Amino acid sequence: MNDVTPIRTKVENTLLSRFPQIKAALPGDASIRHLRDDAFASFEQSGLPHRRIEAWHYTDLRSLLRDAPELAVVPPSHVIQRAAEHASPLDPVPATRLVMVNGFYDANISTFGLPAGVTVKDMHSALGQSEPLVASHLGAATTTPDPLIALNTAFMNGGVIVTVAPHTKLDLPLELRFITETVDAIATTPRVLVIVGEGADVTLLESHQGPDGVAYQTNAVVEIFGAAQSRIEHLRLSAGGNYAVDLSTLAVNLQQEAVFHSLNCVTTPGLARHQVFATLQGEGIAFDVDGVSLLSGTQHVDTTLAIDHASPGCTSRELFKTVLDAQSTGVFQGRIMVKQIAQQTDGKMMSQAVLLSDEARMNNKPELEIFADDVVCGHGATCGALDDDLLFYLMARGLPRLEAEALMLAAFVGEAFEKIHHDGVREVFEAIAGTWLKSRSTPTKQA
Amino acid sequence: MLEIRNLHVSIEDKKILNGLTLTVHDGEVAAIMGPNGSGKSTLSYVIAGKPDYEVLDGEILLDGQNVLELEAHERAAAGLFLAFQYPLEIPGVATMSFLKAAMNAQRKIRGEEEMATADFMKAVRAAADGLGIPQDMLRRGLNVGFSGGEKKRMEILQMALLAPNFCILDETDSGLDIDALKVVSEGVNALRDPKRAFLVITHYQRLLNYIVPDTVHVMAHGQVVKSGGKELALELEATGYADYKTLAA
Repeated sequence: MNDVTPIRTKVENTLLSRFPQIKAALPGDASIRHLRDDAFASFEQSGLPHRRIEAWHYTDLRSLLRDAPELAVVPPSHVIQRAAEHASPLDPVPATRLVMVNGFYDANISTFGLPAGVTVKDMHSALGQSEPLVASHLGAATTTPDPLIALNTAFMNGGVIVTVAPHTKLDLPLELRFITETVDAIATTPRVLVIVGEGADVTLLESHQGPDGVAYQTNAVVEIFGAAQSRIEHLRLSAGGNYAVDLSTLAVNLQQEAVFHSLNCVTTPGLARHQVFATLQGEGIAFDVDGVSLLSGTQHVDTTLAIDHASPGCTSRELFKTVLDAQSTGVFQGRIMVKQIAQQTDGKMMSQAVLLSDEARMNNKPELEIFADDVVCGHGATCGALDDDLLFYLMARGLPRLEAEALMLAAFVGEAFEKIHHDGVREVFEAIAGTWLKSRSTPTKQA
Repeated sequence: MLEIRNLHVSIEDKKILNGLTLTVHDGEVAAIMGPNGSGKSTLSYVIAGKPDYEVLDGEILLDGQNVLELEAHERAAAGLFLAFQYPLEIPGVATMSFLKAAMNAQRKIRGEEEMATADFMKAVRAAADGLGIPQDMLRRGLNVGFSGGEKKRMEILQMALLAPNFCILDETDSGLDIDALKVVSEGVNALRDPKRAFLVITHYQRLLNYIVPDTVHVMAHGQVVKSGGKELALELEATGYADYKTLAA
């Protein structure tokens, strides 16, 4: 696509020389090797995405990624044990937990016994065993060419394949818990397929945690397939280390009358990009995707959406709330495409940001591409400081400034949390926001 | 007791208060009347501590303490309460949570224990019943979707719960129908106390039929230009403000 090939960065050169060296050791049969080669060839051509590529304009990975740490390997038992000892904010929520350590599924520290109607396969072994679900579903949730998906496909080595049988209604959420347990920087590339049968009802949690002070990188791709009339709620918590790079792709493919809701809550990672590619492939789908980002320090957090209305009569709703303190940077790019066939589409997208510091930056870019003529679509983006009059009203009632701000900010992000159906997870997310807001008022923070 | 001495205030280089002096004793209900633009609302905001105003000279003493040195929340904890002319809507903050946060914040500043939830609920229910505020309104976002009358009642509810010793009512009668005016006035009268003083700001004498003042002060051009008893309000109703507009000049 580009006539000029820019000079390769150190990271690009490392990745380019690494793949031929390790590809033989990566799991996979001939067809997987073919997939990897194709994906790598596309990366080789494009390199890391940079600001001259529209979708990456505000998150220039070429300059933001300084290193390409070693690819994670299947962790030894003592590392798994250490990982199992970490607490998670989601611990109070009863769930069937599937734990990935450094990207690799470990059944021993996962919940013993699965609910009826659910199967789980280790992606690491499935890749090498001609697993039919890999052949039928891997890479099928989106047709959008994307450099993160390409890199993940080239190097993928862990993750899980989850299936939920038709008409199964799960009482407990299924949690995909990703724990990075390492002293040195590593790169993890888990790949997850979640295949939800017709009429099934699932709450899927996805949480990411890892050590502070280690510049580890995660490039996770989660593909969700929702059959007709399935109901899926996907709640993601990005709470990795302060130096972590959390690159995440959620690819969703939905069929007729599926009901889908996702919310991504980002608190700690130094650099994060969460991209959502959704294809609404049947009529009457209700698709909601939301996000809350609470940023401080020099964090850079990007949310990029591409929602493809490929069938008539679907509804999509997006609500993103970003709170930015200190020198943090937020990015929201939301694109809703309405194909000509997709009459009676009802789409609404809103991204709202509150800047708490003069040095914080927010980049909001909503987009609509509409080729059908009978649609209701709208988008909005706001960016501003807290309302001084409201602040005074609260202070005049006795609330100190930081407490008054915390109350207003909790209400601001609360609007997105309110859309969470699962009460327990909503409470956890609200508590996480509460802790974040409280940490602002702790005077030691300035020390 | 609130003493305002020679208060000069400007906002964005525009002089609003020009040497205002006023004393309100404990237990007193003082009414401030005056034409539009005379500086009545500015006075209420400056006493409560709104940051936009620049105090050029003078002092405001609450029981001998200079409140100009305090931030708005510290003034509230010291016993000042401003019932807003236009109470603000705060979506997403349930009225009940807000009330609890405000009460406990003030107690914390004063070095008091937090109020037990059961006691708090009891106090809120009793005060809400007295003002005819239904319980489900307390679960809604603060002032969100409330009518003008409901918002003003909510201000009086906050006043009752926070039990301040100096209350400013900034045009509490604006936007109220006669029934709501009665309810709000009864709420205020129930709080009259030998230790609690009120500054009632209004355009119209009507409110003062319900909240009968001890003293009436007329403001024009950022000063108190005339003071008197409750009969002064009746006089104003008959003559209007025209005479006073020239007095201060």
